[in-house]
Amino acid sequence: MDVRAQLSTVFHLDKCIGCHTCSIACKNLWTSREGTEYMWWNNVETKPGTGYPTLWEDQEKYHGGWELKGKNLKPRVGRRLGILTSMFYNPYLPSMDDYYEPFTYRYDHLFNAAPGDDQPTARPVSMVSGQYMDIEAGPNWDDDMSGSSVYARNDINLNSLSDQEREWLFRIEQMVFFYVPRICNHCLNPGCLGVCPSGAIYKRGEDGIVLISQEKCRGWRFCVSGCPYKKAYYNWKTGKSEKCILCYPRVETGQAPGCFHSCAGRIRYIGVLLYDADRIEEVATAPEADLVAAQRSLILDPKDPAVIAAAKQNGITEEWIAAAQRSPIYRFVKEWELALPLHPEFRTLPMLFYVPPLSPMTASMKDGKYDLAAEFEDCVQASRAPVKYLASLFAAGNEATIRNVLGKLWAIRNYHRAITVGSNGSAPAEEILGKAGCTAEQARQIARLISIPRFEDRFVLPPYRREQAVQEVVEPLKHRGQTGFGLTAPPRRGP
Amino acid sequence: MVDFLVFVILPYLALVVAIGGTIWRYASNQFTFSSVSSQFLEGRKLFWGSVPWHYGIIAILIGHGIGIVFPSAIKAFNGVPVRLYILEGTGLALGLLVLAGLVFFLVRRGTDPRVRAVTSRMDLVLLIVLLLQVVTGVTIAILYRWGSAWFASTAAPYFWSLATLSPDLAYMTTLPLLVKIHAVNAFVLVGLFPFTRLVHMVAIPFAYLWRPYQVVMWQRRTQRQ
Repeated sequence: MDVRAQLSTVFHLDKCIGCHTCSIACKNLWTSREGTEYMWWNNVETKPGTGYPTLWEDQEKYHGGWELKGKNLKPRVGRRLGILTSMFYNPYLPSMDDYYEPFTYRYDHLFNAAPGDDQPTARPVSMVSGQYMDIEAGPNWDDDMSGSSVYARNDINLNSLSDQEREWLFRIEQMVFFYVPRICNHCLNPGCLGVCPSGAIYKRGEDGIVLISQEKCRGWRFCVSGCPYKKAYYNWKTGKSEKCILCYPRVETGQAPGCFHSCAGRIRYIGVLLYDADRIEEVATAPEADLVAAQRSLILDPKDPAVIAAAKQNGITEEWIAAAQRSPIYRFVKEWELALPLHPEFRTLPMLFYVPPLSPMTASMKDGKYDLAAEFEDCVQASRAPVKYLASLFAAGNEATIRNVLGKLWAIRNYHRAITVGSNGSAPAEEILGKAGCTAEQARQIARLISIPRFEDRFVLPPYRREQAVQEVVEPLKHRGQTGFGLTAPPRRGP
Repeated sequence: MVDFLVFVILPYLALVVAIGGTIWRYASNQFTFSSVSSQFLEGRKLFWGSVPWHYGIIAILIGHGIGIVFPSAIKAFNGVPVRLYILEGTGLALGLLVLAGLVFFLVRRGTDPRVRAVTSRMDLVLLIVLLLQVVTGVTIAILYRWGSAWFASTAAPYFWSLATLSPDLAYMTTLPLLVKIHAVNAFVLVGLFPFTRLVHMVAIPFAYLWRPYQVVMWQRRTQRQ
């Protein structure tokens, strides 16, 4: 047992209102420099939808992540020699048009235009070339299913649905959408890292944050292809790749990352997980349907004395073990089995977990009353988002996993309705809870952590010791450059 | 006098500048070491420039290298005329391939607004110097046939004389002007090396071939016990 700690996160999708506050916080903190305008280390996409960059989930197109060849994992973009020989032209590199060309408006024209018969307008200009352009895409172009006939219909996850189910989904009265905010998953088996020829990407041993050394990066661009989530970005100005850093300068000083701190819907949780690094390969090569369960089995119980002893032996401090014991992530992912990884079939073992959305629910009128308390067996039918679709997103197609989660969420909702506004007592609701594999006590805890968590319930950040914090050992100016925050010397590129 | 300057002083100067400059740049500002690829901004035209260019130029440089290091082997190889024709034909084809790639590069740099936004003056200088080099090279291959044969008895001994620090001008002075230009321009390219994007040549990550896929780094312990 090789115990390591990972700063891990949970997003509760039922609570996401799609306001993009997280994206803006991140943009203001990290990606407002030239060359990074098009990057959204945090982005929020509407599902069904094609996302950002467009169709990022389609690995036939982008060749990201790992595939199982026999018993071994192989980067989909190519093995080592294949990568080295295609460095002159990476055949699977997304182009800027797959994201969008960043733009601003010629505002000065509003003030400086020569007198004339027409009102002056502020025309859009490219932030790359400075030329006038027509805006044809943006980071959330299909927000709220806008242009759904083009975008939502081409969502690759809909392939799991039959034509009839698909048509059903797009009937206006049956329409359903929800939001999926995405940051770097800080995977245990990162695709970006595996294909980096320069060896510039590394996973921090102390907290599992995946970073790109700006000094060592040589701009071969394979991380952009290798990350199946398209969360490594190429800075076209500096010729280096950049990615989400989980705001480690904030985390190291006890603050939640910018996107977590600013989240208006309070959907985000962060905490420590302990896992067994010896089993990463075994878990990453598990059969597709078992991937979620296998990844869960990798996570260790931080209260188990054997785990604690092994953790201490590996240099994990008392404070970190204590934080792991209070971790909301552990409860969501392991104890309650409510949170699932996004696209586990990419086999990168992402450490950002999502509680899939139960809402909106369908309900019927019965005797003139809104009938929520349908039979538990039907509860999954009550979710308007098709189970197959959610399974394609969060369970590598394993519908049973989604059914378990939705059933549990529904049972908890039903139970809480019974104990707060019900008149028949909570006994029937408790019976349903039992079927969903949940006790009344657990249901109360889950409801509490979902609906009224305090700041310190959502963000259980361990204190970093001096020797763990980068700021203590790296020269500050250099360290800023490595985070992509600032540069020790301005990039010399362009006229 | 001019010959002395360009065939004795210039090569040593270029080499010193190239090595010293690259070390200085690596030590003082490693951040600038990058392929500075613009594939992300424009990919389609780049394919037709970058792939022929890189594969062609690697083969040509290896060819020049073999010619310099093992001139007698080349002479022996050329002993059979068919082999000579094949070698010459391959060389010319590679030269034309490289030229085509370079033209694609130049057109792309000049016409694509996004690529222009990341084109520095040095990029243009480099492209022009490279173009001069390739054009003279291809012309030599056409005008002064059997270069692989006479190269072995002129340029190769000249480079050996440079390498042994006893430069012998005699090999070069009698050569046609075009060949002289090709040689001088090559020294200029070597001298320009550390100040251009060419530095990505010393960043080719061969170490990746035997690195494990995953890398974990610790602040305090570099390697786990």
